[in-house]
Amino acid sequence: MRCDGARVATVEATLQRTKLYERHVALGARMVPFAGFEMPVQYDGVISEHRSVRTDAGVFDVSHMGELHVDGPTAQAFLQSMLSNDVDRVADGEAQYTLLTNEHGGIVDDLILYRFAHGQFLLVVNASNRAAAYDWLKQREQRGTEVRDASDEYGLLAVQGPRSLERLRLPPAPPFTHALGEVDGIEVLVARTGYTGEQGVELCCAGDDAPALWDAILSRGVMPCGLGARDTLRLEVCYPLHGNDITPETDAVSAGLGWACALGTEFTGVEELRRIKETGPARKLVPFVMEERAIPRHGMAIEGGGEVTSGTHSPMLDQGIGMGYVPAALATPGVELVIDVRGKARHARVVEKPIYRKEA
Amino acid sequence: MAAEETYPEDLRYHADHDWARVAGDEATLGITWFAQDALGELVHYEAPAVGSAVGKGEPYGEVESVKAVSDVIAPLSGEVLEVNENVVREPETVNDDPYGEGWLVRIAMSDPSELDDLMDADAYRAHVAEQ
Repeated sequence: MRCDGARVATVEATLQRTKLYERHVALGARMVPFAGFEMPVQYDGVISEHRSVRTDAGVFDVSHMGELHVDGPTAQAFLQSMLSNDVDRVADGEAQYTLLTNEHGGIVDDLILYRFAHGQFLLVVNASNRAAAYDWLKQREQRGTEVRDASDEYGLLAVQGPRSLERLRLPPAPPFTHALGEVDGIEVLVARTGYTGEQGVELCCAGDDAPALWDAILSRGVMPCGLGARDTLRLEVCYPLHGNDITPETDAVSAGLGWACALGTEFTGVEELRRIKETGPARKLVPFVMEERAIPRHGMAIEGGGEVTSGTHSPMLDQGIGMGYVPAALATPGVELVIDVRGKARHARVVEKPIYRKEA
Repeated sequence: MAAEETYPEDLRYHADHDWARVAGDEATLGITWFAQDALGELVHYEAPAVGSAVGKGEPYGEVESVKAVSDVIAPLSGEVLEVNENVVREPETVNDDPYGEGWLVRIAMSDPSELDDLMDADAYRAHVAEQ
């Protein structure tokens, strides 16, 4: 066996740990370095964890993600000028998927913005971009706005799956809303957001409460799930992964994220995005499904000038799936793609989003 | 469900976590419990063609889990007589039974003296303990 993929890595002493590290180890999780943290990639196995989220409920420790507070009388105007989506459309108690963009319309990070009363905002950013997003905003901070990295103060647990609310005994609420609540007496911010395509919540708590919250969630019969299942779940529903599918060098229109860009507002890089939308992108990010038994992987070439940005084996479809950039002429559902899988030409077909859709 | 960690006494082992079961001039090859555990649930087996040559210490196929792809290394040289098509269809068989139903290929050995270079179960257990 010689791995060239996710090799079982020697964990370095410099890695950070979340408050749940001991819980993960006690459950027998395989720990891997990810975004500077030592994180669980799987407990029982990626496939069983994935299926439990699609059919019941699973919990992910996502405490490695960053939490940035943006507060002050000018915070809303500041965020409107920094983020692609329309902050003015977000009411207190609501949340919004949005992009932090650079001058070229490239994506510094994708994040979820939560609005609270009195001009207070919380941005939950990718773990790997925590410093980049904070630095970007802090350097551009305006009078009347304060940006603060509060990542180390919080625990963040995502409970996802069709039975997640029932198991947590939480009331139903519309997607992209948030409210204070409690689980077994532990105060949490309950956000109706997630990264799996399933109904569910993300629970933000005081860091020191994270182990008790984790225990309470597991005692409700929710399955612990690692980063491996988080990746297969998000890819089945075509949620982009920053660093793979979207980067500071790729723009939102080409990535199919135009819906998260309010091009009528003014924000960094908007002129470039308007121009790309006007002329049409040269390359587009498309989802595809393999037509033969092969698994596409990040970085593989697609014939005709394309590249796979994410690829895996879909546990629900039991076949290779992925996303990649292809020339606009190929970016139509039904078009056949040829992918270079370690020297072998393998056939795939462009499909509609999402790749996996639950049967009605 | 995954098998328990075992390294049978009747097999010979290669340092890259591959095993060989010898019967006359033929050998059956597969990957060890350690290898399948490190990879996780297998979802793809890229098998060699029947009749192709395999060389000791050289890759002859690939196995993939959800997260990773790995070359499978031949512990012995020879010619592929048979591929386990059951594993091609159901790769997780390797996780369930790495030394039985989860075998990968059967070969005709071209140089049985290569067997002297392989480890017995005790030596391989010591090798695994160092990983």
